[in-house]
Amino acid sequence: MAITEDQVRHVAMLARLGLDDEQIASLGVELNDILVQVDRISALDLADIEPTAHAVAQVNVTRTDEVRPCLSREDALRNAPQQQDGAFLIPKFGA
Amino acid sequence: MTIDLSSHSVRSIREGLLSKDFSAAELADAAFARIEAVDGDVHAFNATSKELAGAAAARIDAMVAAGETLPPLAGVPTAFKDNMNLVGTKTTCSSKILENYESVYDCTAVRLMLDAGAVPVGKCNMDEFAFGSSTENSAYGPTHNPWDLERVPGGSSGGSAAAVAAGEAVLSLGSDTGGSIRQPGALTGTVAMKPTYGRVSRYGVVAFASSLDQIGPFSKTVEECAETMNVICAHDVMDATSVSRPAEDFTAKLRDGVKGLRVGVVRDLLDLEGCDPKVRERVLESVESLEALGAEVGEVNLPSTQYGLPAYYIIGPAEASSNLARFDGIRYGHRAQDPTDVLDLYMRSRAEGFGPESIRRIMLGTYALSAGYYDAYYGQAQKVRTLIIRDFERAFADFDVLVTPTSPTTAFKIGEKAADPVSMYLSDVYTIPVNLAGIPAVSVPCGTVDGLPVGLQLMGTHFSESTLLRAAHAVEAASGFVPVPPMVAAL
Repeated sequence: MAITEDQVRHVAMLARLGLDDEQIASLGVELNDILVQVDRISALDLADIEPTAHAVAQVNVTRTDEVRPCLSREDALRNAPQQQDGAFLIPKFGA
Repeated sequence: MTIDLSSHSVRSIREGLLSKDFSAAELADAAFARIEAVDGDVHAFNATSKELAGAAAARIDAMVAAGETLPPLAGVPTAFKDNMNLVGTKTTCSSKILENYESVYDCTAVRLMLDAGAVPVGKCNMDEFAFGSSTENSAYGPTHNPWDLERVPGGSSGGSAAAVAAGEAVLSLGSDTGGSIRQPGALTGTVAMKPTYGRVSRYGVVAFASSLDQIGPFSKTVEECAETMNVICAHDVMDATSVSRPAEDFTAKLRDGVKGLRVGVVRDLLDLEGCDPKVRERVLESVESLEALGAEVGEVNLPSTQYGLPAYYIIGPAEASSNLARFDGIRYGHRAQDPTDVLDLYMRSRAEGFGPESIRRIMLGTYALSAGYYDAYYGQAQKVRTLIIRDFERAFADFDVLVTPTSPTTAFKIGEKAADPVSMYLSDVYTIPVNLAGIPAVSVPCGTVDGLPVGLQLMGTHFSESTLLRAAHAVEAASGFVPVPPMVAAL
């Protein structure tokens, strides 16, 4: 399954990466090199095999719904590139 | 007095503090003097933490003065990979996107180390977001191997490994998603363990691949590895994958020997074409020494592990692409100048902030998870994971521990593999199956090839760390090999 340059552009949009033409071209080559290796498993017949998501079995972990200490607003905002009135400041949505 | 940290262990530090040969403050000073002297060449550290170290050392010295019982890692100069949060330090993940990120809470494993008396000397260089096997993918420049400054220390926890090897810290913590503790351990002649998935809380370590990540220690000796494991293995409600088990003393059976221990040499992995024959030779010599000590040695094959690398290069990037979606230029991290709207802000902040390997893995992972490809890639890779787990289950029916080299080669030259991602990925061929199966493994130095250290990997079934450490201790004792880099021997 070779990946085309159009697909690379589409994936870059999905990943929210604003890449230039040079990056798109070189990533196309690099991703295909890696996918050639990966195709070794695509060819295996594993229809009867159950997938493994986590290797150590876990049951659901829940806790009681109660208020506990957590990050203060000040700490949560400490690394914000821009903030205003105790909130993260963002530019407008859409053009 | 001048203290040479490279000659000190957790035990000798404790004895020295109790007999007042030196203070914790003097030990911390010795660590910073050593860092000052060699880190310009080695670059194990992104930043030092002198204030935190001073406060931690003062607490220990006060305890000594008051005659209080010292905690297990009292006064031990310790370094942490720069993907672990510690209030009072930046956590950069060696990425430009987190260049100014101030930790706002403590990573649980780091907190456990500090509560046990460890003195934090600094944050260690790494491949950006732990993507790599050489620590060359750092936005702040590569780390150099203390055994040969022209060579890589391995990665992604290369800074943590180099700091211990170069005598800049006595212990360090790293994280291991596909070999990122064990492979640098092998390449720098340090003892390096990846515990069972869930043994150590990942709360506060920046996530790479959540179904694979695990924190573990670097040390000069197996005993210190066990002592560190005693501190960091604990259930944590802040990590839903953290396993609740009774506390275990990993040092208790360290010297019980290997008589009757069933040791399986993984023949098909040992025979891989890319494995340096001299590395193979060192590993087999160590196996012979275990046999001489009474271990029952046999051979086993793990045929599905040949698919480990391709499965990992889907699962790792897929989970990473999801985890790294949080770096959006809004709540923290780099933000592009003068965005026209939110989409423009995302697109430019991320492209400007992430380095080439991070972009490569985000792209690969996003592609593998995208509509129409999910089943063929991620779904298929998760099925391969099942096959690999079955291989291990079969092998562990016959053997207590399995042996391979940790890395197919000794440390390679800086730049040698940088331009070829696929060849770089091959350096993790022996370590990746362990993460996919969630089992524990330890790399222990077993000799040298052409003056560079070789690591032997011991793998065991889930929660068998005590057995692995006992076998590693036997390898260490039998090899008689004390890994001392030339730059340390010259002290």
